[in-house]
Amino acid sequence: MPLDLTGAIDCDIHPAVPGLAALLPYLDDHWRDQVVTRGMDDLVSISYPANAPLTCRPDWRPKEGKPASELARVQREALDGFGSSIAIANCLYGVQLLFSEDLAAAMARAVNEWLAREWLDRDPRLRASIVVPIQNTELAVEEIERRAADRRFVQVLVLAMNDRLLGKRQYWPIYAAAERHGLPIGIHPGSSYHNPPTPIGWPTYHTEDYVGQAQAFQTQLTSLVSEGVFTRFPTLKVVLLESGVTWLPAQLWRMTKFWRGLRMEVPWVDRAPADIVRSNVRLTLQPIDAPPDRDTLLRILDHLQSDEVLLFSTDYPHWQFDGDAVLPEGFPESLARRIMLDNPLATYPRLAELPA
Amino acid sequence: MSRHVVARVAEIPPGGRKLVTVRGRPIAIFNIGGEFFGLFNRCPHQGGSLCDGRLTGLLLSDQPGSYRYERQGEILRCPWHGWEFDIRTGQSYCDPERVRTRAFPVAVTPGQTVVEGPYVAETVPVTRDEDYVVVEM
Repeated sequence: MPLDLTGAIDCDIHPAVPGLAALLPYLDDHWRDQVVTRGMDDLVSISYPANAPLTCRPDWRPKEGKPASELARVQREALDGFGSSIAIANCLYGVQLLFSEDLAAAMARAVNEWLAREWLDRDPRLRASIVVPIQNTELAVEEIERRAADRRFVQVLVLAMNDRLLGKRQYWPIYAAAERHGLPIGIHPGSSYHNPPTPIGWPTYHTEDYVGQAQAFQTQLTSLVSEGVFTRFPTLKVVLLESGVTWLPAQLWRMTKFWRGLRMEVPWVDRAPADIVRSNVRLTLQPIDAPPDRDTLLRILDHLQSDEVLLFSTDYPHWQFDGDAVLPEGFPESLARRIMLDNPLATYPRLAELPA
Repeated sequence: MSRHVVARVAEIPPGGRKLVTVRGRPIAIFNIGGEFFGLFNRCPHQGGSLCDGRLTGLLLSDQPGSYRYERQGEILRCPWHGWEFDIRTGQSYCDPERVRTRAFPVAVTPGQTVVEGPYVAETVPVTRDEDYVVVEM
């Protein structure tokens, strides 16, 4: 019998901006005029193509419009559907793709305002991540400062592939602001597509892009640890959203192995990388890249060497599982309780502040 | 424990090193500024010959981007995998232990920020008896 999921905290759902028309009320006069004058109707990324099976589970796919763009459906399918007490909205919109830093800032601000007014105000179970114009650190920090007072924003959202590696010091003011406000940094699959989505150039197929996201996570994690982000910001949490999870043990082994011999390159990394990751990095559950086999799953969970790193998530409306099988077959009940409540509450301090 | 003469002092000048055998065991002898040190010539990681390792300093850091280079010439890096050992104590400066066990001793001395790992190279007392280098074992 499947475990009862009622009351779980769903750490990754994806309400969608239906189109730029929805953001017009939240843009300032200049940018509203520019959107109309230029004839812009949407900010579309190739990360989740509209008709790709991954983009929306068949039973959640609307006849018209974008998946998860209507509050009533998200309430029915994600919140009521799984009985979640809280769900964190990670809005994926093409903000990070823009080359104009000012337009990106205007769009990020509009998306966040739209999230607050159209979603958070209308369902007390919803929380959201702050979309930031990562193209410009100063503007990204400004957006964090603008939103931080609204305690329903619980995280800062960035993509796995931006212009530069996330450990680079140019991004540190973002981490300082996030740490100061008790906001984890959530890293989600996706790219600004300012670089090819693989280190070897442009792939041909969507499959290659999505599979390759796991490598981007590995690279970003290595960058964050090596550059000393967690040494400088020891209480900062980074959440790897929709990362696939099971690549982590091998990556930790590799990172730690090379740190042992090359510690003098990064003397500020004062603990084994595996230790740092287990204290500062969290991963959402779905998708979990493992066969539907209890023994294999248990071995993988054992390799994570911690019951604190996983966070419950459905990844709604992305098609990662069918029915209500959010937890993989054979997932231990005691660990399920931890990932549904304890771990999210420990990761996102703001979740405990407001009644769900 | 008995005393074994392994070399004449002149054979191992400051900065020099020599691999000797005492009671069938290979011992790497180092002369650092006139002070002699001995290590069992087998890295506790996978057995690399420590006598062939590079003597370096201990790189410490207070924060990312800051480098503090101390104790130059007193840290031995194994030639195989680069693990660092304190030539005075044999203590390693990397942390190969799995996090959850946390069984290894951690010692932090003033101004020192690295974790001393659980791997310890075996040191051998080496003294200078007038013109001879003496190993006690």
